[in-house]
Amino acid sequence: MHPTIELLRAARPVLTDGAWGTQLQAQGLQPHECPDSWNLTHPDRVLQVARAYVEAGSQVILTNTFGANAVRLAGYGLADQAAAINRAGVAISREAAAGRARVFASMGPTGKMLLDGTITEAELDRVFEEQAMALAEAGADALVAETFSDLEEAGPAIAAARRTGLPVVASLVFDSGRDKDRTMMGVAPERAAKALEEMGADVVGANCGQGISGYVSVCRRMRSATGAPLWIKANAGLPELEAGRAVYRIQAEEFAGHGPALVEAGADFIGGCCGTTPDFIRALRLRIRKP
Amino acid sequence: MENAKRLYEAVLEGDAKTARSVTEAALAAGVDPQKLVTEQMIPAMDEAGRRFECNEFFVPELLVSARAMKAALELIRPLLAARGAQPAGRVVIGTVKGDLHDIGKNLVAAMLEGGGFEVIDLGVDVSPERFVATAREKEAHLIALSALLTTTMPSMQATVEALQRAGLRERFKVMIGGAPITQKYADEIGADGYSENAAGAVALARRLSAPM
Repeated sequence: MHPTIELLRAARPVLTDGAWGTQLQAQGLQPHECPDSWNLTHPDRVLQVARAYVEAGSQVILTNTFGANAVRLAGYGLADQAAAINRAGVAISREAAAGRARVFASMGPTGKMLLDGTITEAELDRVFEEQAMALAEAGADALVAETFSDLEEAGPAIAAARRTGLPVVASLVFDSGRDKDRTMMGVAPERAAKALEEMGADVVGANCGQGISGYVSVCRRMRSATGAPLWIKANAGLPELEAGRAVYRIQAEEFAGHGPALVEAGADFIGGCCGTTPDFIRALRLRIRKP
Repeated sequence: MENAKRLYEAVLEGDAKTARSVTEAALAAGVDPQKLVTEQMIPAMDEAGRRFECNEFFVPELLVSARAMKAALELIRPLLAARGAQPAGRVVIGTVKGDLHDIGKNLVAAMLEGGGFEVIDLGVDVSPERFVATAREKEAHLIALSALLTTTMPSMQATVEALQRAGLRERFKVMIGGAPITQKYADEIGADGYSENAAGAVALARRLSAPM
């Protein structure tokens, strides 16, 4: 196991952070804007989000680079700024962490699918390589390939992340099928855990999806298939639209109430995804960290 | 029809090559092309949808089934058109303004094509005006709107309103879908239908485009 991960796991559970996208929206990010480009245009507001998580007790914070691969950035005409946006994202989180938290840099999917031919493996290799290199050069402590729905796309992301020599977290979304316990491509948690480990991830897990209650059993099932450290970051349920704004129904206390069950089910790294805030992390800390 | 039965299997298994060769052989043997569609292909797509509902099929299986269906339809459609038969309907599809996600939209488009619809795909970040203008120009029957982000859902409402303003609301049926969408939201904005998934979208489109 990578020493960074070994050290953190020895004092499990490790508290990670909550959502970035919905926090940036609260800071004024508009639907048509590229969240990642705020690293260059509004670094102060991104820093506020990162700092709020450090202050809430996150031991690991991510970076505002989830969509900063050249494929996604191209949708905003920003493909040529990928490296700069990623470097700035790490610099902002490192400034916020100030040695009090580790910075795990986020890499999200491209939004294209190999199966329908909208992207090729060579393109995936190229854009993830570019992103992983920029994140590593800027001083990230680890890389997190998160919110992937397709193992075939997670593979190139994990491979690119591994080539930097940093520890790698790989996390899929389970939101499909009758019981909402499969990936979009139909992969169950057991098989996902094994596959991600075989692809070279040091830490495997689940994030986003249908909310935290269903992720307790997803976590348990991943644990049954692997001895690798587990990473769980569920969202605050599915958002509903209220007067044009996204509203998440699950509150911090209710969310944190599932924390002990997640630890029991084998989760080593715990935090939140869409709709969670620093309040959720504070509430989680009270439930899962010894005083 | 023994040979034609293999078409059902090829579509269900997502074997485009066999679907094509079996269709060619059946047509050469004088099988009625309309019968191939209604007795083999549509039941196969329906079965794929059923398997999706009961966790036997997922996105990859649906996608390859739709592709096999499309491969066979490419041979059959010209024959049907020559007899004056119309496609199941013409659909203008796109991801709404402000939203750049296209996996779900692409899947629904592939399923609709497999289901015999003529599909005009406008891509992502499509403005209400462009949906309206294209539907009018192409004489579509249906407009299908996709959104992945909760924050871009209001663009769906804006598209329905743009149709109303243009005095065209009655001319086109509007169907919506995407992760954050619910039937309740469809009702609120006055859409004609909502489907939770791509398999259901084909059945919905058929229902909406059926003559009154």
